[in-house]
Amino acid sequence: MNFDDLMQLAPAYANGLVVTVQLTVYSLALGLAIAIPLSILRVAPNRLLSGPVAVYTWFMRGTPLLAQLMIVYYGFGQFQWVQDAWQRGNPFLAPLRDPFSCALIALTANTCAYTTEILAGALRATPYGEVEAAQAYGMSRVTAWRRILLPSALRRFIPAYSNEIILMLHGTSLVSAITLIDLTGAARDFYANFYAPFEAFISVGTVYFGLTAIFSFLIRLTERRYLAHLRPQSFRKLARG
Amino acid sequence: MQELQAYLPALTKGAGVTLMLATSSVILALCIGMAGAMAKLSGSRSLVSLATAYTTLIRGVPEFVMMLLVFYGGQIVVNRLASAMGFRAPDIDAFVTAVFTIGFIFGAYYTETFRGAILGVPRGQMEAARAYGFSSWLAFRRILFPQMVRLALPAAVNNWLVLLKTTAIASLIGLHDVMFIADQAGRTTQAPMTFYLAACVVYLIVTSGSTAWLASKRAQLNRGVREGRLHS
Repeated sequence: MNFDDLMQLAPAYANGLVVTVQLTVYSLALGLAIAIPLSILRVAPNRLLSGPVAVYTWFMRGTPLLAQLMIVYYGFGQFQWVQDAWQRGNPFLAPLRDPFSCALIALTANTCAYTTEILAGALRATPYGEVEAAQAYGMSRVTAWRRILLPSALRRFIPAYSNEIILMLHGTSLVSAITLIDLTGAARDFYANFYAPFEAFISVGTVYFGLTAIFSFLIRLTERRYLAHLRPQSFRKLARG
Repeated sequence: MQELQAYLPALTKGAGVTLMLATSSVILALCIGMAGAMAKLSGSRSLVSLATAYTTLIRGVPEFVMMLLVFYGGQIVVNRLASAMGFRAPDIDAFVTAVFTIGFIFGAYYTETFRGAILGVPRGQMEAARAYGFSSWLAFRRILFPQMVRLALPAAVNNWLVLLKTTAIASLIGLHDVMFIADQAGRTTQAPMTFYLAACVVYLIVTSGSTAWLASKRAQLNRGVREGRLHS
């Protein structure tokens, strides 16, 4: 192992880094976007609305992410109609052959389930007075959800969700199981080529560590902005106010 | 369905390996977690910073990367040690690697869980125990521990569920757990969906069972606690 070998692998690591960050950011964004309507259904008093969402989150939260990745990438090939659709070039089923889309689908479905439950918990914790105040102001149900319930719940949701963000970043490390070369995939290639496990996995572990630190920093910025009202204030400020 | 029946014994064996791995690692993790929490609350500066470095490191690196490092790197370390001491190196087993890696990783999560639970027990409880002349071990066993179990239980069970699901990655280093068997069977029979779903059923049974157990246990542990209710 020398410096030239390391430099040779730099492009693979850079590409892997891009894949890891893309998968993390895209799946989190998509998962959150889908989790908002799902969490509203999840807390609905009507069992017909909350039931299917509950089954979905129960399945996704009760099974390993690895199994979910395998199901999306390898599982669907079992069905003849899927194979036929691939033969015909059906654009709706084509993503199930592409490892990146499959990883994105599985990761999104996974994080969306956890996010839905976290958000549903935040919604259930809505103080009764907030609902009452919205009604007293004559807000319609849609307005109350949009202006009062969701913004209030999304604020309570941030601390628990920050954990999910880090878990997702680490979860992407499994996508090399479905042939995608992310950071971990690049490290596994490096190991296979040079039989140098310490260089391969410690270097990539350090990159993940750095990424975790960056994500944590961004989360802290968000908390400072949206949870400003919960920040401890200095005594002097209070005395002046 | 016929394929599934043919592979049922293999899958059952795999499920046994998964459960063995999960229980062995959770025992190791619980021990590390208790030691870590004690270290974090010990007040000794070196112990606190050691425990903090440990939990920070674990939170920053994915489990899979850690497992690959231990599996492939561990073999080299063992080989070198063995040749230095002049005997033949044993092969590093995927099961042992997985137990140590997963136990070490989840030890960090249990450290945080137990630390929070110990802090949640009112200080006066320990002070009263010491005032009655309890030794520190007796006070821990009779006063602190029973009260912290109630506080730690929900998070501890949650950690166990995450741990169980994490064991699936051991299949990627060749451990013949239920995930590995399902993968092999799916490839051989060209019915991957059937077998992955069968593996999922195994995980769902254990996770749902654990959640149900938690609910009943919690009711039992909380029977002496009056909880605030907002709308009744």
